[in-house]
Amino acid sequence: MRQYLARRVLQAAVVLGLVSLAGFSLLHLAPGGPAAIYAMSPTMAAEDLDRITRELGLDRPLHVQYLSWARGFLTGNWGRSYRDGRLVLEVITDRVPATTVLMLSAFTVAVLLGLAAGIVSAVRQYSLFDHLATSLAMVALSIPTFWLGLMGIYVFAILLRVLPPGNIGTVGADFSLPDRLWHLVLPAGTLGVVMVATWSRYTRASMLEVIRADYIRTAHAKGVAGGAVIFKHALKNALIPLVTLAGLQLPLVFSGALVTETIFTWPGMGRLFVDSIGYRDYPVLMGLLMFTALLVVLGNLVADLVYGAIDPRVRLA
Amino acid sequence: MSVAHALDQPMAPARPERLSRIVLSRFLRHRPAVVSAVVILLLGLSAALAGHLGLGDPLHIQMSHRFAPPLAKGHLLGADELGRDVLSRLLHAGRISLTVGLAAMAVTVVIGAALGTVSAYFRGMVDAALQRLTDAMLSFPPIYMLLALAAFVRPSLGSMTAIIAATSWMDIARMVRGQMLSLREQEFVVGARGLGASGARIMAHHLLPNTVGIIAVAATLSVARAILLESYISFLGYGIQPPLASWGNMLNNAQSYFASAPWVAIFPGVMITLAVTSFNFLGDGLRDALDPRHVESRG
Repeated sequence: MRQYLARRVLQAAVVLGLVSLAGFSLLHLAPGGPAAIYAMSPTMAAEDLDRITRELGLDRPLHVQYLSWARGFLTGNWGRSYRDGRLVLEVITDRVPATTVLMLSAFTVAVLLGLAAGIVSAVRQYSLFDHLATSLAMVALSIPTFWLGLMGIYVFAILLRVLPPGNIGTVGADFSLPDRLWHLVLPAGTLGVVMVATWSRYTRASMLEVIRADYIRTAHAKGVAGGAVIFKHALKNALIPLVTLAGLQLPLVFSGALVTETIFTWPGMGRLFVDSIGYRDYPVLMGLLMFTALLVVLGNLVADLVYGAIDPRVRLA
Repeated sequence: MSVAHALDQPMAPARPERLSRIVLSRFLRHRPAVVSAVVILLLGLSAALAGHLGLGDPLHIQMSHRFAPPLAKGHLLGADELGRDVLSRLLHAGRISLTVGLAAMAVTVVIGAALGTVSAYFRGMVDAALQRLTDAMLSFPPIYMLLALAAFVRPSLGSMTAIIAATSWMDIARMVRGQMLSLREQEFVVGARGLGASGARIMAHHLLPNTVGIIAVAATLSVARAILLESYISFLGYGIQPPLASWGNMLNNAQSYFASAPWVAIFPGVMITLAVTSFNFLGDGLRDALDPRHVESRG
């Protein structure tokens, strides 16, 4: 086990190294490079541009720049934002709570609804409910999140006027929980739809596999009540492989959150990323790419470890 | 009639059913997939014939028709903020979106199949390196990666196709690699090796053809993914640029016109959903038809 852990951590470190290399070359090999934003300004003289390039260290060879960035990254110095000179790590951590709230609430709703729909679908396979649920799940996986958000705003904020069209809370008002929750409904619901679809599909597939197992037939045969078989015997085992889904889903949830935050002017990391692209704010972009990739790698590692811990049949070696 | 042929006659009914017919009949049993195939055909036709349906120029600006509602002033689906015909724009946008979807799929398949094959063939260090690269690429949230790429290149059909493919090949590479690793241990490959076939010949003639099924399924699903990704990037303003219409960029300013002209926001999204759902269902149906062992579709 310890050996497995060591190997996985090492692998994760290698992957993160590659991630940083990929991200860094991506941003720095782009036409114009990091200084492009200054070059676009009409008041910028050529010598000023040279000076800025020198001051930012952008005239050095790429590998020197990368190494100095990597050293800083490892020691917690992620550079300063080009936009307002604040520390990148600070800029990012400011946005983490809003994204966390959004993703966690969408996740909770999605897991609960997805499990329920998946269980019913599996128990009543090929029933009308099953056909409807699986088809709806496929449509939900195919709807562009931004459009779903727009339609949500149109129906609930403009036609029915029951929910606010955006923002994390009423502008200018003091913090209040009901107000925050009221603002959370539409964004979390929008982000949750794709996740519900994935969870119900996986739950259904996993349950179907378990239901056919011999020990379920045995439970039925010895007279265990139907509900008890499903919830006590089948569900427990069907849930085990779903643990890894939480980790696997993370990149897509970050993507969905970015779009959702943009539509609902939600002050999270995704919106920060979109804004930073507009400003060509390379240090922040690089920081966000690394930060999200780090969370994805860690998420998958944790999911795999939990999977090994709760399923005695899985030997992690 | 030769003797051999005569002997052949009574044998005919015993001949096993042809594989293609089995696959076809299994596919036809998947009703959503059949409907989707028809929808895709119609979408393709309407996009191809967009200029010949008498719908008018999708770029023709007519301020007197600004925000004409559906069915008014000769606009079946209404007009947008510049009085352009929404239906005509939808069909022309379909050309762009479907082209990007199909082209990105083709490039994705080539990259994925090539890297997967190389991984499975060389194994060892090459495989380990490619696997870690795949892990790294899978660690980026796709939209983050795409936006970062799209923002720094001049947007065009070609560049959109390239960056979507550059960030989508990982799944196919993984699947092709896995399939090949298991195939190469099977008897027919051992047999071919015993007959003296070279490594490259075994790869090209014995292994790759056996991955066509899973590649076809993955390719279909990757069209859906590419159409969706193109719409995200274009919606955020870094994809196909106006006045050229794509389903994504038709929604650019939709949020500002909600109250007065909801149809401008509704129809492009319907088209995206329709196209993406159809390709997803088609992929599902193909999987059921091509892989008899696969009972339930997952993720």
